[in-house]
Amino acid sequence: MNLGNVLRKLCVVLMTAALTAAMTIGASANVEGDTVYLGAAISLTGKYSTNGAHTRKGYDLAVEQINAAGGVTVDGRAYKLGIIYYDDESTPARGAQLAERLIQQDGVKFILGPYSSGLTRAMAPITEKYGIPMVEANGASISLFREGYKYLFAVLSTTEQYLQGAVALAAETAGEGQTLRLGLAMENDPFSQDVRTGVIADAERLGMRVVIDDKLPPELNDMSATLAKVRALRPDLLVVSGHAKGAALAIRQIADSHIDVPMLALTHCDAAQVIEKFAEKAEFALCASQWAPGLAYSDELFGSARDFADLFEATFDYAPPYQSAESAAAVMVFADAFERAGSFDPAVVRDALAETDMMTFYGGINFDDAGRNIAKPMVLFQVQDGEYRVVYPSDASEAELRHPTPRWSER
Amino acid sequence: MFENLQLLFDYPSLGVDLVANGLMIGAIFALAAFGMALVWGVLGIINIAQGEFVMLGGFVALTAAGLGVPPLLTIPLAAIALFILGWGLYRLVIFRVVDRDLFVSLLATFGLSIILQQLSNEIFGADVRTLETGLGTLVLFDGQIVLAEIKLVSFVTALTVGLVLWVFLKRARLGQAIRATAQNARAARILGIDTDRVYAATYALNAALCGAAGSLVVMAWTIHPYIGLPYTVRSFLVVIVAGLGNIVAVITAGLGLGALENLAGFILGAEYQIAFVFVLMVILLVGRNLWLRRKREYLK
Repeated sequence: MNLGNVLRKLCVVLMTAALTAAMTIGASANVEGDTVYLGAAISLTGKYSTNGAHTRKGYDLAVEQINAAGGVTVDGRAYKLGIIYYDDESTPARGAQLAERLIQQDGVKFILGPYSSGLTRAMAPITEKYGIPMVEANGASISLFREGYKYLFAVLSTTEQYLQGAVALAAETAGEGQTLRLGLAMENDPFSQDVRTGVIADAERLGMRVVIDDKLPPELNDMSATLAKVRALRPDLLVVSGHAKGAALAIRQIADSHIDVPMLALTHCDAAQVIEKFAEKAEFALCASQWAPGLAYSDELFGSARDFADLFEATFDYAPPYQSAESAAAVMVFADAFERAGSFDPAVVRDALAETDMMTFYGGINFDDAGRNIAKPMVLFQVQDGEYRVVYPSDASEAELRHPTPRWSER
Repeated sequence: MFENLQLLFDYPSLGVDLVANGLMIGAIFALAAFGMALVWGVLGIINIAQGEFVMLGGFVALTAAGLGVPPLLTIPLAAIALFILGWGLYRLVIFRVVDRDLFVSLLATFGLSIILQQLSNEIFGADVRTLETGLGTLVLFDGQIVLAEIKLVSFVTALTVGLVLWVFLKRARLGQAIRATAQNARAARILGIDTDRVYAATYALNAALCGAAGSLVVMAWTIHPYIGLPYTVRSFLVVIVAGLGNIVAVITAGLGLGALENLAGFILGAEYQIAFVFVLMVILLVGRNLWLRRKREYLK
């Protein structure tokens, strides 16, 4: 036998051994001793790395808190929670691979969602194929819930709801018999176009007229052509959606060009850090958010929304973005479902998830048939004196809406 | 589209406003295109990493401002930092591809652009960043025309840099050496010009120009690690319109592109703004080809 042959045989033996080892570990990785493992592929590097980190901190904080409170009790026995993380590098293809790996190699039977709709869309078919429940907190695209997935549950409000609050608020400010005029500047990507669909549907229902409807290309780093239209047509409400870049550009260019608009509503203000970066230029802007520390929700684990915010800040040294809050809520949803299911069988847990009806510091959680959380509304902040104040929905608001925004010449 | 045209007729000052804002954007394109024209003309390389230099210039400005440097002073700092980086990259990578096939240099600079993107993502994070200058807004003619002062600064900077570059190429020893090398590298070498040094200086100068542009972008618009490509595409467009050896043409083409793009965005709707740029590029290339063919026939 020559050396090449020996090496080849050795290789085969080693690989078989490794595979067997992986499969044995895999079989027990789901529940190991008194710990049940959830799997998560999130963006620790790449373009979503910042939000990936927010997501992970939310997951970690909830796991820590649940374990400190004695873990989850399933069938009379207490289990601790643990999470197996992988880095999906912000790319959908990698996310799909990692979902496969978590399920096949690591034997994980419960998946926590990744960051962003794109990655959730890449992973959902895999979890669906293996019948593994995924509770996700960061994929808001409405299209995710038109696929008829049975194992996908989302704790956050879907995209078309993001700025519907602004339309409702504007309607409240309208005078008798006044037809409100709307300006839309939405990035030409799936997220912002979903937001646009929701806004237009509500605007039509309330009898408003859309006078500007610009779809900004994602590559565009300037809004002045759209803002020139706003200057000429003076809509009563300008709605802008384009992730952090859109928010930053809108605040900066509206201030720089002295564009007067009575009401301005945006997404991703906090991601763009509009208050920190632009200070008084951001005053009066309305910002859509999934959650706010000032909301009146509470639960037994974290206490009130404010308590969660304080704990998060004490642990990680910055105020919690809503991405962290919703991620923490996703873990709580799993814990609740395990206890009600009384089992770690994915199919049983899936049915328990579908029956979820709970209150958390993040808001109510109750899934419809498509897996969407229908118990929690979006909130709207207004930037008032350099702080975010909740102004919508009215039953949760902290402050009165300041309207209309004064003209730049009077500021 | 027609209602937008109607608007322009109803409010003529809107057109002036659009063109003025477009010229400010165009000035940045011109600044990035100066360097691309130089590198293309002298080294024969189409630098795909152009936009990444712009992006890095923005991050240098941000970092410097974070250390307490006044925002406007970060413009020369970004240029200097990128000059050093450009020189380093030439010594590391670019000198290997200077005399090679165009595809080799395209691949090399494309690779560089990906590496620079990922490194900046790693170092500076993926967030969208901006730098506030504290400059105000210029309101002219009773609010008919409104311009951000920082955009005006970038406009003036671009024109000044263009002028200085023009004088430098005409008068300075290195500038003359660059032109000589561009005309005939072999002859230049025979006459004692160290063409390798000229190449390095040209590539570094290009990076410096982009760095200055980037510091202006972060002050007037936004940057993040993946913002480079649009700037590469625009400078490419400007250079194919303006040609390689003509700085005045680069400025004109850059400003013109900015103004036309903004007008197109207004009239056709923002969703067609980028499409317009590419259609324009195709039309110009076809037109240029026809025009050159006629000229060739005339020479025959």
